Amino acid sequence: MASTIRVRAIANGDTTEVQTLIQHPMDSGFIKDDKGAFIPAHFIEVLTFEHNGKPVFIADWGTAVSKDPYVKFAFKGAAKGDELKVSWTDNKGGSDSGTFKIA
Amino acid sequence: MTTSEQRFPVTRRLILRGAGSIALTGLGLGIVSLHSAPVLAAANDKYPEEAFKQKDGKEAIKLLYGRTAEPSDKIKLDAPEIAENGAVVPISVSTSLADVTSIAFVVPENPNVLAAYYKIPQGTLPNVANRLKMAKTTSVIALVESGGKLFSATKEVKVTVGGCGG
Repeated sequence: MASTIRVRAIANGDTTEVQTLIQHPMDSGFIKDDKGAFIPAHFIEVLTFEHNGKPVFIADWGTAVSKDPYVKFAFKGAAKGDELKVSWTDNKGGSDSGTFKIA
Repeated sequence: MTTSEQRFPVTRRLILRGAGSIALTGLGLGIVSLHSAPVLAAANDKYPEEAFKQKDGKEAIKLLYGRTAEPSDKIKLDAPEIAENGAVVPISVSTSLADVTSIAFVVPENPNVLAAYYKIPQGTLPNVANRLKMAKTTSVIALVESGGKLFSATKEVKVTVGGCGG
């Protein structure tokens, strides 16, 4: 299966801007399906970004993060060509990870 | 727990920072805010499950940080005046505060008020953009933890169609 994670990381001088899109339903548990039954909550809890084995950004998410979540941040100390490791885990034990080159 | 002179109540966060910070507390509060190890804390912190289940904004903040926030004009909270679709509301925050260790978003009218909590290790800029769901018109609260203190900014977002189902 193709990765659920899409990352665009661009180094500009010392600062690297990272934009991430993840494919995930992010079901809140408050929405009903056609038959009127609640769709159980299913959402990403932790999303981690690592550069050289060191976490540069950690997102803890609740049910209020939109479906197919997007997040943008920036950090210092990385160079063009470096690798950024991105991984997430959700409340049902699902997970995915990927390594992305900084452009 | 949350009086202003008691700046370092014994919280989960403090325990995780370990003996290093505790030793520094003895040396003076100012030093702690500069030299506590945000990287270490961020790496070790567990998912704050209880805080994410809270129905009340103040309770969630208390559980997460163990203190109350004071408003700051150094936080810039960007959100639309009117969100047509409450399921996808682009919200971003940036701040000129120094030593930022975390940023969080609280939507008080949502069934679970805490939306997202971002740990900012040293070297990461205190700017975050994301997209949140909003059940109805409310003031979004951005929380910024800076130098061991907690600051907040709020902005009202009018929601025409709620994003949390009926």
